[in-house]
Amino acid sequence: MLDSPNNAVNDRRIEALLLHREIEEFNNAYAAALDESRLVDWAEMFTDDGFYVVISRENADRNMPVGLIYCENKGMLLDRANAMKTEMFAPRYLRHIIGNLQVLGEEQNGDIRARANYVVIQVLFDRPDAKMHQVGVYYDKFRRVGDRLKLAERRCVYDNLLVDNALCLPV
Amino acid sequence: MALQIKNDNYVWPDDDLSIIPDWVYTDPAVYEREIERIFHGPTWNYVALEAEIPNSGDYIRSNVGPTPIVVARARDGSINAFENRCVHRAAEFCRELSGTANEFVCPYHQWTYDLKGSLIGVPFRRGVNGKGGMPADFKMQEHNPRKLAVTSHRGVVFASYSDNVESFADYLGPEVLSEFEATFDGRQLRVLGHYRHSLPGNWKLYHENLKDPYHATLLHSFLVNFGLLVVGNRSQMLADKSGRHGVMASAKSDKAVSGDAKKEMRAFKEGLSLNEKRFMNFIEEFDSPWSVTMSTIWPNLIVQREMNTLGVRQIVPTGPNEFIMKWTMFGFEGDDEEMTRHRLRQGNLMGPAGFLGLEDNEAIKFVQDGMLGVPNGRHLVKLDPAHKTGTADTLISESVIRAMYLHWREAMDL
Repeated sequence: MLDSPNNAVNDRRIEALLLHREIEEFNNAYAAALDESRLVDWAEMFTDDGFYVVISRENADRNMPVGLIYCENKGMLLDRANAMKTEMFAPRYLRHIIGNLQVLGEEQNGDIRARANYVVIQVLFDRPDAKMHQVGVYYDKFRRVGDRLKLAERRCVYDNLLVDNALCLPV
Repeated sequence: MALQIKNDNYVWPDDDLSIIPDWVYTDPAVYEREIERIFHGPTWNYVALEAEIPNSGDYIRSNVGPTPIVVARARDGSINAFENRCVHRAAEFCRELSGTANEFVCPYHQWTYDLKGSLIGVPFRRGVNGKGGMPADFKMQEHNPRKLAVTSHRGVVFASYSDNVESFADYLGPEVLSEFEATFDGRQLRVLGHYRHSLPGNWKLYHENLKDPYHATLLHSFLVNFGLLVVGNRSQMLADKSGRHGVMASAKSDKAVSGDAKKEMRAFKEGLSLNEKRFMNFIEEFDSPWSVTMSTIWPNLIVQREMNTLGVRQIVPTGPNEFIMKWTMFGFEGDDEEMTRHRLRQGNLMGPAGFLGLEDNEAIKFVQDGMLGVPNGRHLVKLDPAHKTGTADTLISESVIRAMYLHWREAMDL
C-alpha cells in the first residue's frame, strides 16, 4: 500500500510523463507536416497570436532580432504557406528530426516552456548526398487550446550560421 | 600566380557586349585576375557599418574579396582595416565574428598586434639565456600585416588595397552617390542582425541580377501578385558613368495588373491577398521618389532599400563558382518598437528565406549549373538594343549589365 504523499508524487510524475509524451507527439506531427510540405497544416499548429522566428545563433546571442523567417501571428504563417505555392525553387525532399525534448516549466499564464534539438536534412534530386541543411534548437511555448496543444511561440535558433544557398521551406 | 592568362584563349565573341562567354564566370585564371585587379585593385570595398564598431576596441572580422581582414576602432577613434594574417606564420589570428579587445594576440605563437594592426609583441624575441630568438636586426615596425586605406561615408565603411583610388564621392559618381545618401540620410544606424549564406554561382551574377529589372516581374511572382512591382510602374535602371555601379529603382503602385501584362507573366495568380495587411505598407521616411532601390556598388556591396526593410549585402567571393553573402540589416536610432517590428516583418521579402531572396539565390545557382554543364558556352544579354550600355528607361532591358562588362573588360584587360 502506498501512503497518500507518495501517491501525490506519483501523480505528478505521471502528469509530467504524459505532458512530455504529448509534446513529443506534437513535434512528430509538426515534422511530418513540414516533411510532406503541408504548410497550411503547419501554420494551423500555432495559436492565432503565435510567434515564429528562424534566427541564427549569432543574432540570438547578441540580442539582435533579425530572422530568416519572422512571423508575428498565424496570419503571417498562412501568408508564407500560401506564398510558397508560387515560389520558384528547385524541387527537394526534407526530413525534420526532432529530439532531446526537455519540458522546462510553466509561465504565469499557463503556457508550457520546452526546448528540443532539431536537424533538417535536405535532398536535392540531382545530388547523391542528403545534406544537413539546418541544425539548431527550438525554444517553445505551448498553450492548450480546447483539448489540443498549440504553439504560442517557436524560436528556431540555428547553429549553421552560413546557410547553404537558400532556406526554401520552414524549419 | 599559378595560372597564366593568354588573351587569345579568352576571346569575346564578335567583340559584342550582348553575348557573354561562360569563361567569364567559370575560369580559375579569370577569377584570380579579378582578385588582383578588382578586389585588390583601385576600388572601394564595403567592409563594415560604423554602428557595428561604435566604441574604441570594437572590431569585426570582414573581407576584401576573399581576403580576411579585421576592421577595428582604435583608441583615437579611427577606423582601421588590416589583413587578418599573422606576419609570422600566416595564421588568421582573429577568430571571433565580432567583439571588443585591447589588442589581438595570434593564438599560435602569441605575436601581438594593436588596434591599428601594428605588430607590437614577439615572445622570446631575444631568445632565452642568450640562445635562439629573432635575428638582432629584426624590426617589428617593418613587419606589419597589410594595412588598407579606409574611408567612411554616412556610417558605411569601405577599404581599399590601393592608395591611389579616387575619393568615395568621385568613385560613386553624383547619381549613385545621391541614391546612397537617400538611404543613408544622416540618421544613426541601428544594426538589427545578420544573414550569412553561401551561393554556388559566380559573384558577378549577383550584380547582374540587380542590374536586370527584366527578371523582377517574371521570377518574383510575389511582387506581382501582391502589387509591389507591376510592369508599367514608374521605375528606373540607372548606371553610373563608368558602368560599374547601378541602381534599380521603382515606385509602389496600387494599379491593377493589365490584361496584356498578365498574359506575359505565367506566375501571375488572380485573387491572392495577404492576411497580414501591414506587410506591404510603405511608411514614407526617405527623401526620394522611389519606394524601392537596389544599389550595386562595385565590387562587393548591395544597398537594399526595399520599402522599409533595409540592409547592406557584402559579397565575399570564394572561387569562380561560389561566393558568400553577408547581410547586415538595420533600422535607425529613434525607430519605435512598432517601426522596428515593421522592418522585421517586411524582412520576410529578403534574405536566403525571403520571398524574393530565396528565388534570386536559386536562379543564380541554376545559371552556374547551366554553365558548368556545357563547355565553351555563351549566353545572351541583348534586351533593349536601342541603349547599348548605360541607364535604361524600361524594365525590359539589359543595357546596365552590358555597361558593367564594358567596365569589367577594361579593368581586366580582357
